[in-house]
Amino acid sequence: MIYIYVILIVLAIIFAALRGLLGPTASDRVVALDNLTTISTAGLVLLGFVFQRFIYIDVSLIYGVLSFVGVLTIARYLEGGL
Amino acid sequence: MILNIVGNILVTVGTVFLFLGALGIFRMPDVYSRLQAGTKATTLGALSTVIGVGFLQPEWIWKTLLIAIFIAISNPISSHALARGSYKTGLKPYMKKEGLDSYAEVEKEEVK
Amino acid sequence: MNWLTIVVVILSIVLIIAAVFAVYQKDLLLAVIGTSAVSVVLSVLFYILQAPDVALTEAAIGVALTTIIFVITIKKTKRFEE
Repeated sequence: MIYIYVILIVLAIIFAALRGLLGPTASDRVVALDNLTTISTAGLVLLGFVFQRFIYIDVSLIYGVLSFVGVLTIARYLEGGL
Repeated sequence: MILNIVGNILVTVGTVFLFLGALGIFRMPDVYSRLQAGTKATTLGALSTVIGVGFLQPEWIWKTLLIAIFIAISNPISSHALARGSYKTGLKPYMKKEGLDSYAEVEKEEVK
Repeated sequence: MNWLTIVVVILSIVLIIAAVFAVYQKDLLLAVIGTSAVSVVLSVLFYILQAPDVALTEAAIGVALTTIIFVITIKKTKRFEE
């Protein structure tokens, strides 16, 4: 059962990275990066369940707190502010 | 036993939504459709996966709930800022008929 | 062959593609986005290789701090490279 979850998450990472590679404008690539961080957050929690270590969940907590800051900075730069 | 079944159903729904969100971001025609497909489906998928792992392993439920709260706060903020920034750079939405841009009229009234 | 090996190989291919994209890009904002994607995938790789502390540091520094500093630098100077 765990194989299906890992296969789906790896396919999701491949599709998001492909859009980041060939998106026409800068906004498309930032959207792909945002999705990549969110998919990684869920995937790290799932891998922590596979390895059966409680302490590994902290990495995903850091991702959930800090992952939106970089995207927010790039969005403010595109808007013209900062 | 019942926690195991509920957790497996939640993780299945979450990973399927993560895959569908990534497929939507690959297939959609312009930036705003990609934001719509990517952010909403991915937020639901991540929330469902994290809470499902909390159901599968019941000692971890408080930390996974904390991660879910952070995702639910931070993901709409970044998507809103991104949509606003890409509108300000001049990207037009993909539309079949002209004259449907309601945000331009609102912005014109705000300037006045 | 272990299934984690296949995941590591696929993630390494994504990592190399993102790094080459970041090096050969003339638009510096897109290069910053490529660097951030490299950091995300590298953090997942460190996590799979049983080093959660390195993954935590890579997530905190690579995703948030490096992106903010580079975007502020691009704002102060210019975006396109001749």
